[in-house]
Amino acid sequence: MSTVTTAAADRDDRSAGGGRPAHRGTGRRPRFGRGIRGNEAMAGWLFVLPIVVILGVFLLLPIVMAFWVSLTDWRGQGSPFKSGVPFVGADNYTHLFTQDGLARRDFMTSIRNNFYYVLIVVPVQTALALGLALLVNNRMLKAKGFFRTAFYFPSVTSSVAISVVFLFMFANSGAINGVLSWFGIDGPAWFSDSRGLIHLILGLFGVDNAPAALSDGGPLGLSWWEWLSGPSVAMCAIMFLVIWTTSGTFMLMFLAALQSVPVSLDEASELDGASKWQRFRYVTLPLLKPTMFLVLTLGLIGTWQVFDQIYVMSQGNPAKTTLTPAFLSYRTAFKDLDYGQGAAIAFVLFVIIIVLTLAQRWIMRDRDEPRRRFRWLR
Amino acid sequence: MATLTSPNKRQPKGLVTTIVGYAVLIFFALVFIYPFVIQLTNSFKTEPDAASNPLSPIPHPVTTAGFERLFDGDFPLWIGNSVLVTVVVTIGRVFLDSLAGYALARLRFRGRRAVFATVVAVMAVPGVVLFIPKFLVFNQLGIYNTYTALILPLLVDAAGVFIMKQFFESIPVSLEEAARIDGATVFRTFWSVVLPMARPALITLTILSFQGTWNEFPHTLVAVQDPSLFTLPRGLANLVSGSLGSGTQYPLKLGAALLATIPVAVLFALFQRYFVRGASEGAEKG
Repeated sequence: MSTVTTAAADRDDRSAGGGRPAHRGTGRRPRFGRGIRGNEAMAGWLFVLPIVVILGVFLLLPIVMAFWVSLTDWRGQGSPFKSGVPFVGADNYTHLFTQDGLARRDFMTSIRNNFYYVLIVVPVQTALALGLALLVNNRMLKAKGFFRTAFYFPSVTSSVAISVVFLFMFANSGAINGVLSWFGIDGPAWFSDSRGLIHLILGLFGVDNAPAALSDGGPLGLSWWEWLSGPSVAMCAIMFLVIWTTSGTFMLMFLAALQSVPVSLDEASELDGASKWQRFRYVTLPLLKPTMFLVLTLGLIGTWQVFDQIYVMSQGNPAKTTLTPAFLSYRTAFKDLDYGQGAAIAFVLFVIIIVLTLAQRWIMRDRDEPRRRFRWLR
Repeated sequence: MATLTSPNKRQPKGLVTTIVGYAVLIFFALVFIYPFVIQLTNSFKTEPDAASNPLSPIPHPVTTAGFERLFDGDFPLWIGNSVLVTVVVTIGRVFLDSLAGYALARLRFRGRRAVFATVVAVMAVPGVVLFIPKFLVFNQLGIYNTYTALILPLLVDAAGVFIMKQFFESIPVSLEEAARIDGATVFRTFWSVVLPMARPALITLTILSFQGTWNEFPHTLVAVQDPSLFTLPRGLANLVSGSLGSGTQYPLKLGAALLATIPVAVLFALFQRYFVRGASEGAEKG
């Protein structure tokens, strides 16, 4: 392959007026001169330019801006980047953690609520998804497709629309209480019931009010009694909805993993005399570990972000028991017009999510597991 | 929790576990499907009927009063906005994500790794922490409360770039090389040679974009405030939010919810395969 290009040849090409140059081959020579991948670098940049610009302008730049705002006391008037905006340093952050006041109480309440929510939703949705996947994966099962579709369909629908349906179902004389009444249970007034589950359980043993030891002096501005409330009845309705919505997607992930388990492996262990439970415990479960990790991670990330359902169903009520950091951040900024405080809450939430994800990685780390998250996907 | 039956086991025990297995599955199928039945039937009920027999699958009497009232208000406008935003965003996403995915998979240019790392990092940013940042940018650019704010930021989604990149890496490079040697430009090669081969990935991406955009709620909350710019989920949330379990206008609200559900349900019925594929790509909802 000749790679001799000269200015003369170049000129020749151009003077040929777009047609093919008379002398064979030279028309392409300049391009071969830079290799067959001649204008690739330029094309590459042009191809990624739109996404780089959009991600930069609507994602990376805003995050920097929001960090600046979280250090100010901007109230939504004019631009936060003009000189008149009061700079308050780390005040918005100290209001959340060290300074006693309404801001800290609300924030810690939202952390408590979200913590209980995560504590219940993540294990239940994971267990339910795994259970359904194991059932649907059975070789002898008829109507496999129907069941898979039925369980998965809720995950693709609009969160707002389905929240409306559940609001109706959990109404005081709604479908849920109707079903409960078949069993002689008098259902609660779901969305106006702020009693915590742990408090209710303690109430069964006659502990209705905070014992003196717990009623004051808890950490971070809430008493121990408040920290130990458990999720409220209203939050339980939201938890039910979210578990119902997400289990289908996670079931599919488990199914994909189960289908890649070779049948021969299962049969071999059966021949070796392993019981069903042993086969599940020592053959299936270890093979599901990467999927389990993915599901738990996605669950953890998702549950710390719960917002849509809160917005539609409860707006943080009753008695702030369904307030979550995501919703509080929104409300503080757009309803109370305290943008600095709202942005600070968002950043703290961001850090919480990142830290928990990393912690989970570390806990579930596996020496011989490939570290690529999407490895198991085909 | 174990599998239902295994072949060549003693019959009676196998039968019992089979029946129990089916019973459990059918129970859960009911739990997962019945809320949609409630949504459908109650939107055709009268208010007192919906309030006193919420579980009944038969409206008595059947009425479309709820829907009629819906269409008297802003509702048709919201549907129009939803359709507009969804169509534009889906077309934009499919095109831009495949362009970028192709470049990241195949083209060698300086900074490619950095761009890809950024895309992956972006996937990890939780959406709810972006409320205020997004609002600030809209404010600075003077596009708050416009269609631009509603559409432009949604045009790119990192997960879509990722899916396309994965796909382009999996197809053989020989055809592209042949096209190049024949003197086709990079874009020409991409457009006429590569994209036609990428049909399955493109359909997956189209469906995921459609579903994601149609259902999108938080973004619309910080992009617009004018009811004439509301999309369906935003309007619906406005209609409902904070109205505690009192039985007011439920047939109307459920009718609106039903209309928000139907397009995705139809899409799901037609293209379930692709939905399933998309779910296994690690798509995630909160």
